[in-house]
Amino acid sequence: MDIFWTILIGLLTSAGITVIVTISALFVAVILGLALALLREFSGKAWIRVAVDAYCELFRNIPALTHLFIIYFGLASLGLRIASVPAAILGLGLIGAAITCDIYRGGYASLKRGQTEAALAVGLTPWQTIMLILTPQALRVSLPPLGNYALQLMKDTSIVSAIAAPEIMFQARSMVTSSFQTTLIYATAAVIYLVLSFPLAVLVRRLETHFGQGRA
Amino acid sequence: MTSTPLLSVRGLRKSFANLDILKGIDFDVAAGEKIALIGPSGSGKSTCLRCVNYLEQPTAGEIFLDGTRVGVSTAPTARAMSNRQLAPQRAQMGMVFQSFNLWPHLPVRENVAIAARMVQGLSRAEADALAEAMLAKVHMEHKCDAKPEQLSGGQQQRVAIARALAQRPKLMLFDEPTSALDPELVAEVLSVIHELADEGRTMLLVTHEIAFAREVADRIFFLDGGVISEQGPARDILANPNTDRLRSFLRQLAH
Ligand SMILES: Nc1ncnc2c1ncn2[C@@H]1O[C@H](COP(=O)(O)OP(=O)(O)OP(=O)(O)O)[C@@H](O)[C@H]1O
Ligand SMILES: [Mg+2]
Repeated sequence: MDIFWTILIGLLTSAGITVIVTISALFVAVILGLALALLREFSGKAWIRVAVDAYCELFRNIPALTHLFIIYFGLASLGLRIASVPAAILGLGLIGAAITCDIYRGGYASLKRGQTEAALAVGLTPWQTIMLILTPQALRVSLPPLGNYALQLMKDTSIVSAIAAPEIMFQARSMVTSSFQTTLIYATAAVIYLVLSFPLAVLVRRLETHFGQGRA
Repeated sequence: MTSTPLLSVRGLRKSFANLDILKGIDFDVAAGEKIALIGPSGSGKSTCLRCVNYLEQPTAGEIFLDGTRVGVSTAPTARAMSNRQLAPQRAQMGMVFQSFNLWPHLPVRENVAIAARMVQGLSRAEADALAEAMLAKVHMEHKCDAKPEQLSGGQQQRVAIARALAQRPKLMLFDEPTSALDPELVAEVLSVIHELADEGRTMLLVTHEIAFAREVADRIFFLDGGVISEQGPARDILANPNTDRLRSFLRQLAH
């Protein structure tokens, strides 16, 4: 039993890092992604559209691990040393922005043309139209897929163990090397992930029934 | 007739790709005048209306509202306005769409009040009071706090009319305001428009409701083949159409 408590406490401590990395990367992703989507949809400049599309392709089509290695090891070899947790947040956040940008764009695309036309017709400026009429509606449509992304992100934080960010899986692996309680340790890790993701999953279901396609 | 017309349309042309939809439209609307624009489906009635407030950019021609050129800044040189520059001009024209186009994320009151704050610069209290007064005009004051999705089509369209009225517009543009409605909901919307007409508002109304046009409009324009092929006082033109085209159009509508 003693071993179990040691394992549990060790993993729970590292779960804090998982939560911090998830929340911070999510924050970077939803803000940066929205900025990218706004630029992509409304700047009216071809080169900006091309640049945003290039960003999204770049971050979606290269494995997350590769990006993390570039940020953590690659930049370090160029003399820019970033600690593992900030590097993990930055990497997952930048990748996430490409994903959320697509989600927001889907939200904007789901709006009818008449929404913009009615706003312009009453004398709102394009900026007011985007901020007061289009974006609030696009965000509602985006909430369920954003929730799903957050859930995915929480699980994907496990890969940042590869750059030595001391989150759950990193901790689990180092405990396995020292104690050889392989099954118990990984099973406990699995349970912790479940406990973390369950409330999030419930929230996503709620969002889907509230704001799902066809309602907003 | 008064000296300057409230609305002047001169040589209006509009093409989509290679398709010439409007081929030279000219007309004046005096202050207080009510014009019904009729014509076959696809003849360009909506396009004509949307060119007036520059939701469509005309291919050629000039629009004047109260003597001021719409959509083109004249000094120092003539230049097409951006949507941002157009905003204050559009604010002077209320537009009612076939599909209502209420903003579903905002309660009814806010649908009407938001432009009053953002465009006219009213305070929240002033804008809400204006919104409630306009909603009362369309007999929707009891639904101030409802969301658009909770309303029937006829109620949504009346809110959309209140939204346009809150602009305190010089001119009201209606694009087939009742054709998306179930038949039993048409009357409530027409009666609201009728009340507005009786207040002496200037209106340009696209409609297929010929009986209503006869009753409300001072003049009727028949848009056909890209031009206003016939126009005149409502009773005359409907009772004695000059062209076969209008005669057969009216006969079709009667069925
Ligand atoms: N944005 C656009 N791009 C291309 N073609 C268009 C566009 N808007 C309208 N058209 C075409 O222009 C023509 C006139 O359209 P418009 O909607 O003005 O007709 P309408 O008289 O209002 O018809 P209805 O009675 O069916 O509403 C149609 O053939 C339509 O397909
Ligand atoms: Mg039309």
